[in-house]
Amino acid sequence: MTTAERILTDEMIDAIKAFIPRYPSKQAVTLPALHVVNDRLRHVPLQAVVEIAEILDLAPAQVQDTLTFYGFFKQDKPHGEVRAWVCRSISCHLRDADALLEHMCQKAGIRPGETTANGRLTLEFGECLGACEHAPCMLAGETLHTSLTTEEADAFLEDLA
Amino acid sequence: MSDFQPILLANIAIENSHTRAVYESTGGYAALRKVFAEMSKADLIELVKASGLRGRGGAGFPTGLKWTFLPKEHPGPIYFCLNADESEPGTFNNRILMEEDPHQVIEGLILSCFATNTTTAYFYMRYEYPLAWKRVQAAVDECYEAGYLGKNILGSGYDLDIFLHRGAAAYICGEETGLIESLEGKRAWPRIKPPFPAVEGVFHKPTVVNNVETAACVRHIAERGADWFRSMGVPPDPENPRDPGSFGPKLYCLSGHVEKPGCYEAPLGITVNELIEKFGGGIWKGRKAKAAIPGGISMGLLTAEEFDCPLDFAGPGRYQCLGLGTAAVVVMDETVSMVDFLLNSSQFFAHESCGQCTPCREGTSWALKIMQRIKAGRGRLIDLDLLLEIGDNIGIIPGTTICGLADGAAWPLKNGIRKFREEFETYIKQTNPSGFAETEPVPALEMIGVH
Repeated sequence: MTTAERILTDEMIDAIKAFIPRYPSKQAVTLPALHVVNDRLRHVPLQAVVEIAEILDLAPAQVQDTLTFYGFFKQDKPHGEVRAWVCRSISCHLRDADALLEHMCQKAGIRPGETTANGRLTLEFGECLGACEHAPCMLAGETLHTSLTTEEADAFLEDLA
Repeated sequence: MSDFQPILLANIAIENSHTRAVYESTGGYAALRKVFAEMSKADLIELVKASGLRGRGGAGFPTGLKWTFLPKEHPGPIYFCLNADESEPGTFNNRILMEEDPHQVIEGLILSCFATNTTTAYFYMRYEYPLAWKRVQAAVDECYEAGYLGKNILGSGYDLDIFLHRGAAAYICGEETGLIESLEGKRAWPRIKPPFPAVEGVFHKPTVVNNVETAACVRHIAERGADWFRSMGVPPDPENPRDPGSFGPKLYCLSGHVEKPGCYEAPLGITVNELIEKFGGGIWKGRKAKAAIPGGISMGLLTAEEFDCPLDFAGPGRYQCLGLGTAAVVVMDETVSMVDFLLNSSQFFAHESCGQCTPCREGTSWALKIMQRIKAGRGRLIDLDLLLEIGDNIGIIPGTTICGLADGAAWPLKNGIRKFREEFETYIKQTNPSGFAETEPVPALEMIGVH
């Protein structure tokens, strides 16, 4: 199928296989498997898709079909060490989230969806992060930044500069 | 109303409210013990039916009735999916429950699974809730340790496993058959119904999909009974034989231009005005209100003159909105441009349409392109009719799409333009004085150098 070097480590393979008993179908492990790889590699290269498909007795195209649907999993290159989503949906929009994202992108020197040159930050827009009482908000990795001010955003960016 | 004490949010201010120890100290898992000691599965279904509980996820379908659609005497397995893919703009009540009181949700889930004869439940949670994920997983682990999950729960002979399943940032996974497809490892394309999930759902088996808040309500109904639940809310409209009423407490998410945004609990039927004044501290900065979304952006718009709208399942429909939805109220002050609102709404739905049905995929993306053109000062009055044509023709209600996402995309268009047409016309005339009356097709935005 391919001569590419194996990407999934034994640890990743074990982590993926641990999900199999939870579901009556191996295909249901697709999303958990994509998360296992993405959590570790910050992207899911095509070779990983091929290897996930082998573990789950699927055609690579089935895994790739699911992967591409979500738009969440990057494939070409890893996202930054920190991946941050600035919410742009209505509650945040009403509290100037658009200006916040634009400010942050300008300061970081990237456009939404891009990664800074030092590889430390990928900045994206997010659709409703479900933290509307804290608008405008940003989810950076596993940290929710609430009622984010320009000053706080600047400090966040400086830490990753 | 005035003497209403929070039920679902009763314990969230207690320190470590997310732990089993605190939950048990406030009476947690007593309902489970009571049901195992006193009730059959059929009794519990009857109790939930009698309570009038309607699903809290958006559609408001009667929960007990949904459970009775499962085939009788089915050899199994029957699956239960807890829908924690909360993604409707403005909505965060499930997040609060999962972060601050996950055991309440899990106790309700165990009871719901017991009633529906399910031994495997999938807790499908959106990706963007890392704290809720950790707390629910920790709570599930605590339940296995305490014997509330696993084999022979509390000596009842009933077995149940709960598995968390993590989404990947796609709004459509909150649609119940989209969720099922996603859980199966496929693209989250909603299914044509029938068959309904109760007959053929996940893994080709009968399946119940219920919302997080719905499960939390089940816990309290099991403990305090149907009459208690029906003592809160709005009785059926005598003029409407199809209205089953709106009973029980509800979590309202209030955000946007209010002084105190937050998740507040009240009996179903509180008005938008009451919500803003009693809980929200009024419109922020001493300004006046202009409009509000009544229940998540899919439900459309109320004008400030319509804030007497009661937020029960039948209320917003009487004000030309789609419905109560998730009861997420987003308030806009007098400075908000409806052009900006509709651009934001169009942007959301164009991004989140799953692409399966052409009317939705094309309708939402063209609505966005038209709104971008209007915003950029190239709008024409005829564009408002084009937007209405899209709004009137995409969705389950006109019969052109498989799921309700398109109805949700349509409602802001329909309410926005029909309730604020003059503002749109003024904006178009002012920003495009030489071209607003054009009716000829327009070239794409990039061809005219805007954007």
